[in-house]
Amino acid sequence: MASGPILEIDGLSVGYATMRGPMRALRDVSMTVPRGGMVGIVGESGCGKSTLMNAILGLMPANGRIAGGRILFDGRDLVGLDAATMRRLRGDRLSVVFQDPMTALNPVHTIGAQMVDIQYRLTGSRAAKRARAAAMLAKVRMPDPRHHLDQYAHEFSGGMRQRICIAMALMAEPDLLICDEPTTALDATLEVQMLDLLRDLQREIGCAVIFISHHLGLIAELCAQVVVMYAGQVVERGSVRDIFHRPAHPYTRRLLDCDPARIRERAEVLPTIPGDVPDLVELPPGCIFSPRCPVAEGRCHTTVPPDVAVADGHHARCLLARPGEGAA
Amino acid sequence: MTRAFEPASANSAVAHAGRPRRRRPDWLRHLMADRLGMFGLVLVALVVIGAVFADVLTSYDPIRMSPRDRFAAPGLDHLMGTDNLGRDLFTRVLHGGRIALTVAMAATAASLALGVSLGLVAGYGPRWLDNALILLFDALRSFPTVMLALALVTLIGPSLAAVILVVVLSGAPSYGRIVRTQVISLKRAEFVLAERSMGAGTARILFVHLLPNVIGPILILASMDIPVVITIEAGMSFLGLGVPPPTPSWGNILNDGFSFIRESIWPVIAGGVPIIVATLGFTFLGEALRDTFDPRIRKDM
Repeated sequence: MASGPILEIDGLSVGYATMRGPMRALRDVSMTVPRGGMVGIVGESGCGKSTLMNAILGLMPANGRIAGGRILFDGRDLVGLDAATMRRLRGDRLSVVFQDPMTALNPVHTIGAQMVDIQYRLTGSRAAKRARAAAMLAKVRMPDPRHHLDQYAHEFSGGMRQRICIAMALMAEPDLLICDEPTTALDATLEVQMLDLLRDLQREIGCAVIFISHHLGLIAELCAQVVVMYAGQVVERGSVRDIFHRPAHPYTRRLLDCDPARIRERAEVLPTIPGDVPDLVELPPGCIFSPRCPVAEGRCHTTVPPDVAVADGHHARCLLARPGEGAA
Repeated sequence: MTRAFEPASANSAVAHAGRPRRRRPDWLRHLMADRLGMFGLVLVALVVIGAVFADVLTSYDPIRMSPRDRFAAPGLDHLMGTDNLGRDLFTRVLHGGRIALTVAMAATAASLALGVSLGLVAGYGPRWLDNALILLFDALRSFPTVMLALALVTLIGPSLAAVILVVVLSGAPSYGRIVRTQVISLKRAEFVLAERSMGAGTARILFVHLLPNVIGPILILASMDIPVVITIEAGMSFLGLGVPPPTPSWGNILNDGFSFIRESIWPVIAGGVPIIVATLGFTFLGEALRDTFDPRIRKDM
């Protein structure tokens, strides 16, 4: 197997054409996913998590355009790759688990029919494909998988459906699995089960995982690396330890303050970050977070901060961040 | 009574409950409970059996004239009497049933195939193609069927093919529009995105995933269009735009009878009653099927 990271995104910018002008949904996004590693992406709604996922998969909507940068998957640039080649990668080396297991399965086909259908690239008898499907369901700890193959999606609970979706995504033993908030639609008790399951399967298959979530606790539990996104930018990235114990960007700090699991004292009002995510058509001139930043100085409103390495492998996009003083 | 709780039978009960239940008994029971639907089924069965076994059920030739027997009243020799040329009406009605059913099946199948494929393409394809196809659908639908029939027959002459073409041109756009609308609402569904993220191509998404989602209501609608097609065929034949005489078609029988209604009313009755029986039968059956499989579609659709 080749060395180097399985996915390396370098200076990726994505825009959407809108009625009001180009919306700059992603700006100069860089991140690295090591082979077999687990990377968490955290950020509010509308920060560009889904756009990033679609850009990696090559499934941009018609008005979306990659304006610059590279997406190196196993050393090959996916930007500008022709549709047919991209299609061969999807479902073979790249696959996705979606947020809502209620709508991610086709309602008119049985689970077995869908799981056999997605093996269309393989040769082999229907019975062999069915056996593979049943084996995969057993791997996601579905009891009595053979019999469940003949059931429809609506006959399963949300947790079971998400297991089925995970089984389908892992069927081809991909190199990279993207989980787009896979536990958001599930009960809290199921979240933990699903995390254990994902971790075990990831070890077994050895695939790399990008875990998109707005739940910091889950990411801390599961991932080694964290990427914090805000309004289409990566504001901070580093190891889980760096991000949670030595956050260098004010946004990350505020985000951690807002995590209910970390609030120790009784609070009348739960902490929030005042203000709204900025308009991505008319960007503020300086730092994207400056309008909401509690520690912003004058220059923050005029100068776009560069990506600063505060420590080895720990980057933050803040004028106030200094190398070696991550704990500011 | 206590024997029922013995392990063996308890096991089989559990196994039975665990199996996914097959739907067949459910819908069949629902359909059987619909009395009007069952009545429709009987009428449809009469028409179908009559058409299929026409050669066995009578010994007469549907087009051989026998002027001596003209305008005979119904009797043992001629169950429905004879027409102005002495042809046995019962035989002509049975053979007319063949024409009616052939047109109904062929035209409905063709308009389904055409309408559903164009609807899938319009719904899933690029916006300009959608606009172009919708314009075409609306243009075709804006013609009254009879006007369309007159125009087409003027161009290609009266024939069975002309009847089918008229039905397809007037029917396919309706299916196309419905399929298009459903595809548009489904194509953003997450399972389609999931399929695309698995590398599925457009054809696979359209035919394996979207088609089964939209086809159910369309098939029900098509079954309810069959009586309409039968009346279009009979109407065109009556006007001389359909199947050319002497081929027996219910419309032709009605037309011949209509010209000689002063001599005998039996040919008109022989031509009219089968049309009523067939359209009523298919309508009742179609409505029962609709109520069974898709209670959401309303009568007025």
